[in-house]
Amino acid sequence: MTVKDIDENGPPRTTPIQSATFSNPINAEIRRAAATGIYDIRGGGAKRRVPHFDDLLFLGASVSRYPLEGYRERCDTKVTLGTRFAKNPIELDIPITIAGMSFGALSGRAKEALGRGASEAGTSTTTGDGGMTPEERGHSTKLVYQYLPSRYGMNPDDLRKADAIEVVVGQGAKPGGGGMLLGQKISDRVAEMRNLPKGIDQRSACRHPDWTGPDDLEIKILELREITAWEKPIYVKVGGTRPYYDVALAVKAGADVVVLDGMQGGTAATQDVFIEHVGLPTLACIRPAVQALQDLGVHREVQLIVSGGIRTGADVAKAMALGADAVSIGTAAMVAIGDNDPKWEAEYQKLGTTTGAYDDWHEGLDPAGITTQDPELQQRLDPVDAGRRLRNYLNVMTLEAQTIARACGHNDLHNLEPEDLCALTMEAAAMAQVPLAGTTWWPGKSGAGF
Amino acid sequence: MQTYDLEADGLRGLNAALHAQTSETNQTQWEIVNPRGSHAIAVGLDAPIEVNVKGSTGYYCGGMNKQATVHVHGSAGPGVAENMMSGTVVIDGDASQYAGATGNGGTLVIKGNASSRCGISMKGIDIVVHGNVGHMSAFMGQSGNMVVCGDAGEALGDSIYEARLFVRGSVKSLGADCVEKEMRPEHIELLRDLLDRGGCDAKPEEFKRYGSARQLYNFKVDNAY
Repeated sequence: MTVKDIDENGPPRTTPIQSATFSNPINAEIRRAAATGIYDIRGGGAKRRVPHFDDLLFLGASVSRYPLEGYRERCDTKVTLGTRFAKNPIELDIPITIAGMSFGALSGRAKEALGRGASEAGTSTTTGDGGMTPEERGHSTKLVYQYLPSRYGMNPDDLRKADAIEVVVGQGAKPGGGGMLLGQKISDRVAEMRNLPKGIDQRSACRHPDWTGPDDLEIKILELREITAWEKPIYVKVGGTRPYYDVALAVKAGADVVVLDGMQGGTAATQDVFIEHVGLPTLACIRPAVQALQDLGVHREVQLIVSGGIRTGADVAKAMALGADAVSIGTAAMVAIGDNDPKWEAEYQKLGTTTGAYDDWHEGLDPAGITTQDPELQQRLDPVDAGRRLRNYLNVMTLEAQTIARACGHNDLHNLEPEDLCALTMEAAAMAQVPLAGTTWWPGKSGAGF
Repeated sequence: MQTYDLEADGLRGLNAALHAQTSETNQTQWEIVNPRGSHAIAVGLDAPIEVNVKGSTGYYCGGMNKQATVHVHGSAGPGVAENMMSGTVVIDGDASQYAGATGNGGTLVIKGNASSRCGISMKGIDIVVHGNVGHMSAFMGQSGNMVVCGDAGEALGDSIYEARLFVRGSVKSLGADCVEKEMRPEHIELLRDLLDRGGCDAKPEEFKRYGSARQLYNFKVDNAY
């Protein structure tokens, strides 16, 4: 640029640079908050990128390991949950269960679809905050009944109808937080089941009303066992925050099964800031939890179910290689039955969103008819067809996990082990406590010999 | 009269024997001796029987009760009659925290005092306390009635929904969205019946009624704390 150019066009200007700290999405949220005075509420789990199962790879067999034939040789998938104290443990054909989702947050037809799909695949489904519906019980061969702080719909008859009881202490999307089912989803039926007026916002408390701490929890579990004649496996579900201590205390309190939910695990509705900024990634939870079980001498005796971001058979296999006995899926199951389907794109656009990003489940306007109580929208979901899709998806995940296990030389998914894995990043290596790819080392490990 | 020695014969045997009773049972009178503060006594009952516990109990006595009458001839630990569906639970002495928590129905009578969070998340139960109740009683109370013949502690009825509270003595403070309400004739009649069922000779006219201002029923930013 010459002096003449400057004289004619003015001095050169710097290229506009967007702030990494005050990015356009951040600024848009600031403007939205300033305009409304209300924090953003949404459904789902953490959307931010966190270390996850994608950051792990299986090593597979070669000379040092002997693989099994991929299609011919047996690779068992069965799992029995509740072997510690319960008279009637749950036996599942596959180690992939359906996580707790409430009638209220989901339509009755969606709950029916989840029950159908899970039953056809030989696994369990789970109630949620709001009680047990007859259609859910009727279509679920194995049904886990959640015992939640709100106790909406809780009664001893349903407790005895359940195949297992899950005491929910917390969940990965909002550990330490309660919930709110907004009034627009409180239909007559939902209101009746929860014993509250129609159309009002219904809060779900963040802690149980009649026990605090692990010593009380032990007595609460005793009460539930006495009411159900010690027949039902009792799970304790915790959000991933301090997994070593929480799992150890759940075991001390008498749990048969511990369910551990990482921050990618979904919720029907809570504050976005809560979902994105509280809790641990699922990957970071598993090894401390397994360590707690091993230190107490109950690994495999007290089963560990891991949830939060399980999407594929590879995720299933990786969670199990790290020590889980089974996994649980919620968001993935919803996608399988039709949530965020591109065929509703025009309607997502009308709601100011797009396929894959729709998460305003609390508003009750779900075009797919899943997270709604609207009578017309609900009809869009065929529970038989949706159940079939879920069954297919569960079958595919199981086949994928078996394929990987065989390639690693295992005849049972539960024989997968950390030695089958390596990590692509330092963070994943540290969290999963498996070697960084091409090395024998992970952060925190002493020594580096082969 | 069936007599069961809890210390000698154990909790599982007791609850199994009580659960075995049906609507047609002729073993309608039960006496439990040596409870010694044990937890989960007479939980999950579902028959028209009367169970007299001769002493004090630990946590969750009478939990999830249906139909039965459970009478504690002593004091009760935390969570007595939690999630009761129907029937009656009577405590001769005092009750610890969370008495009648999440109860859906039936009547809980506490002849002494009740500690904090009495009637927390109550969903239809009727609770009659002859003495005082502690702080945060009837927290998030959804429905049902609570009668307090003595005084109420801090934050009575915090975040209350449609439960009705009647207090004869002082209220140290009201919780969020809980207000004093007019005592109309129908409330006097309701209270008279509750006092009668609770074996209490207080006069309904001596009570004040409290309930929800219904200002927290839908989320508004100005209601956030």
